[in-house]
Amino acid sequence: MKEIRIHGRGGQGSVTAAELLAVAAFADGKFSQAFPAFGVERRGAPVQAFTRISDTPIRLRSQIYEPDYVIVQDPTLIEVVDVAGGLKEDGMILINSDFDPSKFKLDTKAKVVTVNATKVALDIIGRPIVNTVLLGAFAGATGNIRPESIKEAVKERFPGKVGDRNAEAIQQAYDMMKEANV
Amino acid sequence: MTTKGKLEMEKMVVVEGSYAVAHAVKICRPNVISAYPITPQTHIVEGLSQFIADGEISNCEYINVESEFSALSALVGSSAVGARCYSATTSQGLELMHEVLFNVSGMRLPIVMTVVNRAVSAPINIWNDHQDAISQRDTGWIQLYAEDLQEAADMTAQAFKIAEDKEVLMPAMVCMDGFILSHVYEPVVLLEQELTDEYLPTYEPLNTLDPKKPLSFGALADPNYYTEFRYLQQKAMENSLKKIEDAANEFYDVFGRYYGGLIDEYQTEDADIILMAMGSIVGTIKDTIDNLRQKGVKVGLLKVRAFRPFPAEAIRKAIKDAKVVVVLDKNISLGLNEGALFTETKSCLYNTKNRVPVVGYMIGHGGRDIRMNTIENIISEAQEVMKTGIKLESQFTDVREELL
Repeated sequence: MKEIRIHGRGGQGSVTAAELLAVAAFADGKFSQAFPAFGVERRGAPVQAFTRISDTPIRLRSQIYEPDYVIVQDPTLIEVVDVAGGLKEDGMILINSDFDPSKFKLDTKAKVVTVNATKVALDIIGRPIVNTVLLGAFAGATGNIRPESIKEAVKERFPGKVGDRNAEAIQQAYDMMKEANV
Repeated sequence: MTTKGKLEMEKMVVVEGSYAVAHAVKICRPNVISAYPITPQTHIVEGLSQFIADGEISNCEYINVESEFSALSALVGSSAVGARCYSATTSQGLELMHEVLFNVSGMRLPIVMTVVNRAVSAPINIWNDHQDAISQRDTGWIQLYAEDLQEAADMTAQAFKIAEDKEVLMPAMVCMDGFILSHVYEPVVLLEQELTDEYLPTYEPLNTLDPKKPLSFGALADPNYYTEFRYLQQKAMENSLKKIEDAANEFYDVFGRYYGGLIDEYQTEDADIILMAMGSIVGTIKDTIDNLRQKGVKVGLLKVRAFRPFPAEAIRKAIKDAKVVVVLDKNISLGLNEGALFTETKSCLYNTKNRVPVVGYMIGHGGRDIRMNTIENIISEAQEVMKTGIKLESQFTDVREELL
């Protein structure tokens, strides 16, 4: 079973990203589970969302404390939230940033990867909404999920032009990660 | 998760728990829905009002009201004229319904209500435990507890079938854990209309309010008559014991999914230690059991699906060979320091020859997360009980001493 924790701020679509990841993983033939951190969500406040992906049905209902992967939508969170907390040593943390991974002094032995998702989102979607872009980067960086499945999940949730542009952004982020060979 | 039959992945879609339940309600063809939104039940009633607005539920009225008290009161009248009625609530909303709950049951109205279990105030807390539903234990409602989304959806159809059975005619609560189930996304087979129509026949009430054939519901019963009403309600609850089993078996025949009837058992056959629990904690316990079984710990689970009627006979049978029984409760009777399932499990053993030690843990109050290592600790304490007997009969779990 792979466990993923997504950090964001209220309004950035962290919960939606966790759900879309679950939908995409299921389309890939895996079992999946997505849930928010059950907080009292407010716009701008730090939020977390979780996804589990497994080859067998998922029964576990606790929150995720030792994730295999962490996705950080907003790098300013790193100063206020222990985003790498519990992250497995052989895991990976994916941060939305144009800085080099070495710039982040995180208390983890896991691999740190950055992607400028904000730029991709602004270039293609026209708005700095990075949740779907980061899912594309996640697929590229981990190989755990097919980008087509993510694109389909996003297009189903956001039909029409919005979905199409998101799909394009997802593909670009996926390709960037593949080219960077992270 | 179904414990018999196979998983039909090709039929599954990934949806939110609240949607799975709202969809199940729609497929059960209700005639009247009345509810007042309250976290974490809100997504269910939003989903249902959307279905109504989109014309997806024919012959159904959604009555907007100003409180939970009114929501259930509106259904009293609706059910009395023969409508299939549904509501959903949680926590303070359910407590506000308290008076009406007795009326529904006393008038023998088979209303089905989803209770999205949440802690009660004060202090205000929107997260999950079972105090809300457990506090309505004696109102004469059948109470069923779901382990996961599929069971919560499927249990909705089962609940209508049980409640509306002419030998039962008692209201039923389908309890699902707030947030942990209501707000989770996972793969579910949404109830199919054709199969559900086959499983759940149209509601045919025994008595209805009808101006052409006047009669009274809930009229005065003086001391000469009241006892018999209560006696018959109890008999109806007893009848529902078998009907709950039947509803589960028939559901399996039609849909191919099964979660147990009154109870379900997991790895209990050779178990020295048997845990008992209700609701979503069951999934976490099953994973913990699998881990410990690999280390040779003989531990199993008795999942309680029906808390009312209380399945005393099924429980006695399931734990007859256990060396220690551990009951986990997401509630407390303040002043007794025990959870309800624990108290009642002990009670159902007292006049038998089975002297198995029974210990209780109150856990997960107000949404305190329940981790596998907490369950493991409880099981290792149960191993001590096996060796040395009971030291502490009932206790809180995970109390943060530094805050006291």
